[in-house]
Amino acid sequence: MNLSKKAILVLEDGRTFRGESFGADGESFGEMVFNTSMSGYQEILTDPSYAGQIVCMTYPQIGNYGVNPEDVESRRPWVEGFVVREASKKASNWRSTETLDSYLKRHNIVGIEQIDTRALVRHIRDKGAMRAGISSIDLDEKKLLEKVLASPVMTDRELAGDVTAAKLYEHAPVGEEKFHIVAYDFGVKTNSLREFAKLGCRITVVPAETSADEVLKMRPDGIFLSNGPGDPASMKKTVDEIKKLTELKVPMFGICLGHQIIGQTFGSKTYKLKYGHRGGNQPIKDLTTGKIEIASHNHGFAVEAESLPAELELTHINLNDNTVAGLRHKRLPIFSVQYHPESAPGPHDSEYLFKRFIELMTENTKGAAN
Amino acid sequence: MPKRTDINKILIIGSGPIVIGQACEFDYSGTQACRALKQEGFEIILVNSNPATIMTDPEIADKTYIEPLTVESVTVIIEKERPDAVLPTVGGQTALNLAVDLYEQGVLERFGVKLIGANIDSIKVGEDRELFKEAMDEIGIPSAKGGFAHTWDEAKKLVEETGYPAIIRPAFTLGGTGGGVAYNPEEFEEIVERGLSASPISQVLIEESILGWKEYELEVMRDLNDNVVIICSIENFDPMGVHTGDSITVAPAQTLTDVEYQKLRDMSLACIRRVGVETGGSNIQFAVNPENGDIRIIEMNPRVSRSSALASKATGFPIAKIAAKLAVGYTLDEIPNDITKKTPASFEPTIDYVVTKIPKWAFEKFPGAEDVLGTQMKSVGEVMAIGRTFKESLFKGLRSLEAIKPLRLEGIPDHVLQQKLARPNSNRFSYLTYALRNGYSIAEIHRLTKIDPWFLEQLQEVMLLQARIDGRKLNDVPSEVLRQAKEYALSDRRISYLTNSTEKEVRERRKDLNILPVYKRVDTCGAEFESNTPYLYSTYEEENEAEPTDRRKIMILGSGPNRIGQGIEFDYCCCHASFALQDADFETIMVNCNPETVSTDYDTSDRLYFEPLTFEDVMNIVETENPEGVIVQFGGQTPLNLADELNEAGVPIIGTSPDSIDLAEDRKRFSALLQELKIPQPENGTAVSGEEAKAIAEKIGYPVVVRPSFVLGGRAMAIVYDEQTLDEYMRSAVDASPEKPILIDKFLERAVEIDVDALADCDGARTLLSATSSDTDKSGEADKSVRAPSVVICGIQEHIEEAGIHSGDSSSVLPAQKIAEEHLETIKHYTRNLAKALKVVGLMNLQLAIKDDRVYVIEVNPRASRTVPFVAKATGVPIAKIASLIMAGVKTLAEFNLPEMLEVPMIFVKSPVFPFKKFAGVDPILGPEMHSTGEVMGVGETFGEAYGKAMISAGTDLPMSGTAFISVNDSDKGQAVVLARRLDKLGFKLIATYGTTLRLREVGLECKTVFKVNEGRPNIADHIKQGEISLIINTPLGRTSHYDEKAIRKAALQFNVPCVTTMTGAEALVEAISAKQSEDVVVVRSLQDIHSTSFKVRSTI
Repeated sequence: MNLSKKAILVLEDGRTFRGESFGADGESFGEMVFNTSMSGYQEILTDPSYAGQIVCMTYPQIGNYGVNPEDVESRRPWVEGFVVREASKKASNWRSTETLDSYLKRHNIVGIEQIDTRALVRHIRDKGAMRAGISSIDLDEKKLLEKVLASPVMTDRELAGDVTAAKLYEHAPVGEEKFHIVAYDFGVKTNSLREFAKLGCRITVVPAETSADEVLKMRPDGIFLSNGPGDPASMKKTVDEIKKLTELKVPMFGICLGHQIIGQTFGSKTYKLKYGHRGGNQPIKDLTTGKIEIASHNHGFAVEAESLPAELELTHINLNDNTVAGLRHKRLPIFSVQYHPESAPGPHDSEYLFKRFIELMTENTKGAAN
Repeated sequence: MPKRTDINKILIIGSGPIVIGQACEFDYSGTQACRALKQEGFEIILVNSNPATIMTDPEIADKTYIEPLTVESVTVIIEKERPDAVLPTVGGQTALNLAVDLYEQGVLERFGVKLIGANIDSIKVGEDRELFKEAMDEIGIPSAKGGFAHTWDEAKKLVEETGYPAIIRPAFTLGGTGGGVAYNPEEFEEIVERGLSASPISQVLIEESILGWKEYELEVMRDLNDNVVIICSIENFDPMGVHTGDSITVAPAQTLTDVEYQKLRDMSLACIRRVGVETGGSNIQFAVNPENGDIRIIEMNPRVSRSSALASKATGFPIAKIAAKLAVGYTLDEIPNDITKKTPASFEPTIDYVVTKIPKWAFEKFPGAEDVLGTQMKSVGEVMAIGRTFKESLFKGLRSLEAIKPLRLEGIPDHVLQQKLARPNSNRFSYLTYALRNGYSIAEIHRLTKIDPWFLEQLQEVMLLQARIDGRKLNDVPSEVLRQAKEYALSDRRISYLTNSTEKEVRERRKDLNILPVYKRVDTCGAEFESNTPYLYSTYEEENEAEPTDRRKIMILGSGPNRIGQGIEFDYCCCHASFALQDADFETIMVNCNPETVSTDYDTSDRLYFEPLTFEDVMNIVETENPEGVIVQFGGQTPLNLADELNEAGVPIIGTSPDSIDLAEDRKRFSALLQELKIPQPENGTAVSGEEAKAIAEKIGYPVVVRPSFVLGGRAMAIVYDEQTLDEYMRSAVDASPEKPILIDKFLERAVEIDVDALADCDGARTLLSATSSDTDKSGEADKSVRAPSVVICGIQEHIEEAGIHSGDSSSVLPAQKIAEEHLETIKHYTRNLAKALKVVGLMNLQLAIKDDRVYVIEVNPRASRTVPFVAKATGVPIAKIASLIMAGVKTLAEFNLPEMLEVPMIFVKSPVFPFKKFAGVDPILGPEMHSTGEVMGVGETFGEAYGKAMISAGTDLPMSGTAFISVNDSDKGQAVVLARRLDKLGFKLIATYGTTLRLREVGLECKTVFKVNEGRPNIADHIKQGEISLIINTPLGRTSHYDEKAIRKAALQFNVPCVTTMTGAEALVEAISAKQSEDVVVVRSLQDIHSTSFKVRSTI
């Protein structure tokens, strides 16, 4: 057994964890957050919403089933760094093609393991999400702390531009095309596209900076605003473009960052949660049906309930802390949720929202035809 | 949805005696359900035949019936109590089956009782594999190929479809009784026949083999609003083919991608909805093909199960409690999460640790049973361990099992090793680790065992680390290696073995290097929210969340995994100590590792440490908590074995001193004490060698009883009639050593045995004071608080079976029925004298025998005994609670104002329940080694009524007519005549073997003769198998006819014919039959009614 290479994790308030390096060698900085999903690390790593963040998994054994080419949510991993209690040396699953360690090395993602991740999570829970740095090349905590303090803070940080597709592309429907959707890629997860495709949608994925006019030229049946990283309040320009689209009564569905943008479009404010919601076990109540769904979450900001304008109806709440989890426009064919109906990872309870969007588009086309 | 208002009174059905496949997890779930519903304002009627449960404590329900779980008696209870609803989902298969019977016989309808928590249709779909398979086909969930057979012809057709190996599972049996895997037509025929006869509806499922597939379980909950959540996923370490109750299981699932896990989750949701479980918990099992991810659904239990109990302990989510609330109409979002207090129960727990459950087997007690694990559950108990990695939880779990010595396998031939790896058995860990250490690759072991390579890799990592320590001097082991060894949960003892040092040295070395455990909390949420519940486990990391308080606190050491001889009775005592001391304003700290128990419910004690019961682990907690007192006398032998070491380490043990415990357990010291007190005991001696043993036996004369010291449940205990047998015993059965000598006693043939439980307060000083002020001048304090020693005799229980049958396997009756007043006085006198001499503070148990009008003391245990719950239920006095208050110095025994001897208002019989049916090839005969797994209680006005109820509860159908077969040895023939005469008058026909027939005819009784098994055909076994015999009285004739008797007993067992092997047992049974014949209606009585007067006693504590 070789003695492993050391690594260090320093938080901006000085709290330091010493552990062992895995994945790539190097240094990285980001906002320290944690995810409570017990499976699905590959989907998490490749979720663009984690751009700018170092993710700690609360479940201690990560990498057990390795990495496969299918369970990716985008073209590459986006996390700035990855923190686990123990990274499995062995990958055991029939679909696995490599170990987590080799995957992270290949994608140059710095990881640290063998630290008291529960202590780290409790610290973040009590003190709030904060900046952090991981290093396997310089184990001097003071020097690393300086670098952490020099790294950007998440508030007001615009990151969708970093992760969005460089140019538009199409995702083909499964079977016959029933609808055409334009999807704004603020950091879209592939599974959202798969869900639409399954329901017969052709999706044109457009870069985040695409203007309303360009979108309209594509004559979409519906517009989808994807999830994505960064502070929603930093996206004033996007909000303005989306506002133009809302006025045209094209059905619109937003999730996560897309939901926050819709909220802002109608005048709501967003705010930073203390440590966010990240995991696959959060209870959401659909106020329209009274039913509960267990949903996949990944957000550090939320729409402020007090700032909701009269034209927006609160449709879903998170039962853990009663935060806003879903909205619907009272007149326009627009709705949004804060969480991730596309799951990946996480439960499929909220899949019905994609169908709801299909219904909305169906009604809208009928209405237009009449 | 708010709670239902159309029901007020709910009947809860318990699970009856502890048997393999249905253990104290149902006491845990039943107790939770009773409490939750009582809190909601419902009136609770409880029926359970098992007195050793917390749920049958009179304060848990409003009316508690310790009565048989049969349609007959529960109908009478329903008629008397008129409940509005019955909750059948927290009492295991027993309760569910009984509810179905009550429904089918029209009882529920007749009395307008609603079923809650389950409806008949969903129970049927969930339990009837045929309906279940159809239902799953309907919703597109694949189940294994195959089908159902009711006859041998149907079975033959099915096996053509499934091929070999084929899996055979009988419907409606516990723990898969009667099932198996057939690799060829011959085995197939044998198992199908066994299965058809074991199944009450003569139905077996024959399926394609999915042996070697990965096995998973999901725990699902649903409410009336159709909200469904998964509480926990569990992955079996052992692949398909080993019953999940016999598998090592791990939570959460380890080797599933999220995509695969979500498929199982989707199927689980669809399954619970299709089966139609409207509210409550269900357990759903899946198999996943490791080659391609194919899935098969195996089964679903539409009720709280063993796995639910494990899932509750593993996650901190109280499934039974929530299930009970859902059953009365609440929805998940209306129920708060107990642990976070702030978030609702409508979420899915996430855990940030790994939980491993390891079964404990008792093959050593069943010579003749093959040690192979298959689809029929054989384990008698289990442990659970929590660690931050699988390695840590696994090795902590192995340590929790107690006394599992790895086999010495040096030089084992490769083909034997490979065979052992390929056929799962109770020693598989020894084989796995040996193979890993001896050059077998993970791939090779995986090929043989089908255990997932990920698990094997984890084992390998621990083996590699061990290799880095092995053979080094302790001080040469680098600090980081030592730390890693602790992170992998290698015990100090193991490290001391590897480094040739002592456990104490390792402990000191660790402390010098600051390698100390910390405690983390089980919080249901992966630390996302703050936890207010101190449910703790140890690990070697940075941050300690124990946060001990500065309250006055007492720590209670539990009894570890259930095993034969040490089970739920001790957990009952530990829980009672905790309840009483909490009421007395102490903070109570429970330490235990058994997930099935009430004691490991996070709200039983103020603080729960889910930890192994070893010196190392207990000391670590003591050093964290600094309790004022530690109780070792309630958890059976497990904590008692730690008493000396803990005492030496300065741990304040309260109650009877470790020295007194030693005085009672050390044969030589104890004999000297008895001599001093002039109390007779059977002649005896101790031996550390065969030679010594022979000399002693010669001196005292055969027959002798031999056994190792410091064991419970008569492990390896035998009655030896001659020198040759003694020789064999000494050579094969035991490792004698100076620390653990062999005890040899004169066997008192045909003596009457007696068990006495007593409360004593004989130390003269307040124990807690003396325990905590060891450095102050004790004499001064003792003067102030000195008090007269007092002893209360709680129960003198007379055994039905004569001496020679383990006390745990004998039925016993309170009050004693046939013991002369004179002897009772002698017994009381001895008890008092011994309590004083041993300075007992708390509980003590004596075993005595009366032979030739002389009372002998056989042994004394200055601790809580197996019979404490029975005595407490019979007397209505919570003796374990009182004992704990005396031990903690809260009150003196005198202050309870109890009579010198507790009264019992009726006749109470305790009877054992045996697991012989699970072990093919074992002779179901009683002897000095204990075999029973559980017990029941019967209550009556007469002995016959009480004994009859106990028999029925224990699963014996009391025959009311038919043919009685009698075959007894010569010395029993006189008594046999008397019994035969009674049976004749009761309307039974008689049949007997030649010798017995002659004797019966001599006195004018009509009797047919039948062949013994070796005399020709048709013989008695044939008659039994043809259902012609309804009662068997067969006392052993000696070695020569052993084969014959064994065949009779096995046939009787298989065909459920009552078979008595002692004359005293036969007399009791005839008494019961006679009582039952003359009774017009079954009378049922609640504990509350029985003890309406003794309630005053309870209210004074």
